[in-house]
Amino acid sequence: MNLLTDELRALIGTELAPFEFEVTRNDIKKYAVATGQRQRRYLEGDEAPLLFLFSAMMPVIPLSELLPDGRQPDSSLIPELPLKRIMAGGSDYQIYRRAYAGDVLVCTQKLTDLYEKQGGSGPLIFMVFENRFETSVGEPVVTEYLTRIAR
Amino acid sequence: MPSFNIREGGALPRRDFKADTVQLFLYNAAIWNPHRIHYDLSYTQEHEGHPQLLIDGPLQGDWLTQMVEEWLDGEGELTAFRYSNRQAAYIGEVLIAEGRVTSCDGMVAELSLCLTKQDGITTTVAVANVRFT
Repeated sequence: MNLLTDELRALIGTELAPFEFEVTRNDIKKYAVATGQRQRRYLEGDEAPLLFLFSAMMPVIPLSELLPDGRQPDSSLIPELPLKRIMAGGSDYQIYRRAYAGDVLVCTQKLTDLYEKQGGSGPLIFMVFENRFETSVGEPVVTEYLTRIAR
Repeated sequence: MPSFNIREGGALPRRDFKADTVQLFLYNAAIWNPHRIHYDLSYTQEHEGHPQLLIDGPLQGDWLTQMVEEWLDGEGELTAFRYSNRQAAYIGEVLIAEGRVTSCDGMVAELSLCLTKQDGITTTVAVANVRFT
């Protein structure tokens, strides 16, 4: 099994241009209600729950650019792989400080690893992405390592 | 140290989660997720082969963080959290959130968490690290 070519491995380290987003009280309140949250600091929108940050990663694009299954097209960080079916593999968050209403965060996305394994029903390629959330002055807030699996 | 008793093997209070179509709609609107498998039943059944609308994996991760923060009750905070979704979970299913303390050392502890369907199938597993305040 050697699905990862030198060209694919050379993509490790590729980073997208950082983007900025504001954590708003109203967005937190909507998220808190929608998730069944019971903690007052989230329901009142003072603080953002950890996984609220997932919403920041969802691109806002015109309806005409959505795929037939409704999704936004995959990130340009996902390489063209010989295995086409992509599955979620989990997330690993390091938390440095809480995110509050009014915070303006900067998110930087990077492909940090590509490796392959033999699964029970065939080969698998693992892609690991780093999503780094910092304040506008570079203070770390949360770093997520997101794994996606191609089979 | 927190005012409540922490010991290895100790269980967190269980919480049951059950998403209906309204909650699933609001969640996907809140995170701006237009994937049809969360709101278009005929598409989900005919094109994706699922019996029902799917509960988002990150929503299940959020539920497990809620369980931890309710247990901490303001006397600590999450310092790390990792989760992975193992099996599909469908709308209308009751997911039982359970957790226990796997290690405890002074002001920090590690917790093992999972969401399990009523038939015993685990949909999501997680590990949380917390620091008491």
